[in-house]
Amino acid sequence: MKNFFAGRWGIIGVGGIIGILAALLQKLGNPGNMGICVACFERDIAGALGLHRAAVVQYIRPEIIGFVVGSMIAAYLFKEFRPRVGSAPIVRFVLGAVAMIGALVFLGCPWRAVLRLAGGDGNAILGLLGLTGGIWIGTRFLKNGYNLGRTQATHTTVGWMLPLIMLGFLALMFVFPQVQDQEKSGVLFYSLKGPGAMHAPLFPALIVGLAIGFLAQRSRFCTMGAIRDLVLFGQIHLLTGFISLVAFAFLSNMALGQFHPGFAGQPVAHTMHIWNFAGMALAGLAFALAGGCPGRQLFLCGEGDGDAAVFVMGMIVGAGFSHNFGLASSPKGVGPHGIAAVVIGLVVCLFIGFTMRKKTA
Amino acid sequence: MSTTIDARGLSCPQPVLLILDAIKKGGGTELIVLVDTDTSKENVSRAAESQGCTVTNVQPDGDGYQIFISRV
Repeated sequence: MKNFFAGRWGIIGVGGIIGILAALLQKLGNPGNMGICVACFERDIAGALGLHRAAVVQYIRPEIIGFVVGSMIAAYLFKEFRPRVGSAPIVRFVLGAVAMIGALVFLGCPWRAVLRLAGGDGNAILGLLGLTGGIWIGTRFLKNGYNLGRTQATHTTVGWMLPLIMLGFLALMFVFPQVQDQEKSGVLFYSLKGPGAMHAPLFPALIVGLAIGFLAQRSRFCTMGAIRDLVLFGQIHLLTGFISLVAFAFLSNMALGQFHPGFAGQPVAHTMHIWNFAGMALAGLAFALAGGCPGRQLFLCGEGDGDAAVFVMGMIVGAGFSHNFGLASSPKGVGPHGIAAVVIGLVVCLFIGFTMRKKTA
Repeated sequence: MSTTIDARGLSCPQPVLLILDAIKKGGGTELIVLVDTDTSKENVSRAAESQGCTVTNVQPDGDGYQIFISRV
């Protein structure tokens, strides 16, 4: 059976739908230019679990749960669920953590970078240039034989682990629901102010997440791959989806009165151009070395990819380090140790890129 | 003469890199590519066609697929 969503109009359609839904999620309560941000939302989950104590970014984001479970539903329906694992998991964990550190210096993942652009935030241009630069470095490694090695088929249980963890997070939200004006409900932290306090209602957020997870699994939507394939092969297939996301998010923002052009005073953003560029360059390089953007890693988890699951756990733990160590930026600018973290992160990525060059047998 | 490329278990974009390399190198008239995910199947087919090759057949093979690519 031909997969419509993997064709040209499929990927453009999926990008467009994501753009519209992201703008709607913002209208429904998500933070400014943050209808969807995989990095920010995983960071909020880390906060809700108490892995960091930054009081303004703590909330279990149902969108992330939906991404994984929606993808899993699609993978099962279309017989694409293939449990697999074993392609350098610890390296993927480190790359996930480093990617998160870079993304939180910029304040957003590639998804949010384009949503920020579509909302008029000029700082996103620096982030997207950095993202492209980081991915370009990644393609140099790929051309020189960099790879993470082969996966092995494995038990179904392995593929179920991350989806089950996500369902566990959802269960925690039901057992310990948000209580008005309380910063804690049972074991979960809930932000009372800041971006963590801004969220669409649980069920709309979950349903949108499920829909995007389903569609993205079918279309193989990947924001990093969009730029990588252009640089590496001159292919624009995934890029058309990425551009469609920006275009439809922009049009939706115009329609909803959410477009506010400028550099200063943008929501959850800072204007330190060099570090917007460098933070995203680090994230882009880490995503390129790991073979997928943070969204794609979640969709791969839904297909049973245990290595992508390790990457996701790396991102969540990386978010903990980011806030505990003062690496993450705030609207005031970079954190006290953010610059050092970007430098160390780049060294880590270069080390991985230069040393993992064994040709696949 | 055919050349077989085993791209099973490799993540993006390795399968595509391997077949583009093989197409560039020349050699036999037919490439047989083994992949283990639908994503790789689609990516490899798309990349081969972008190089002017034809995907003549795709057969299920264990948990994955065998893709037959003909070089014109």
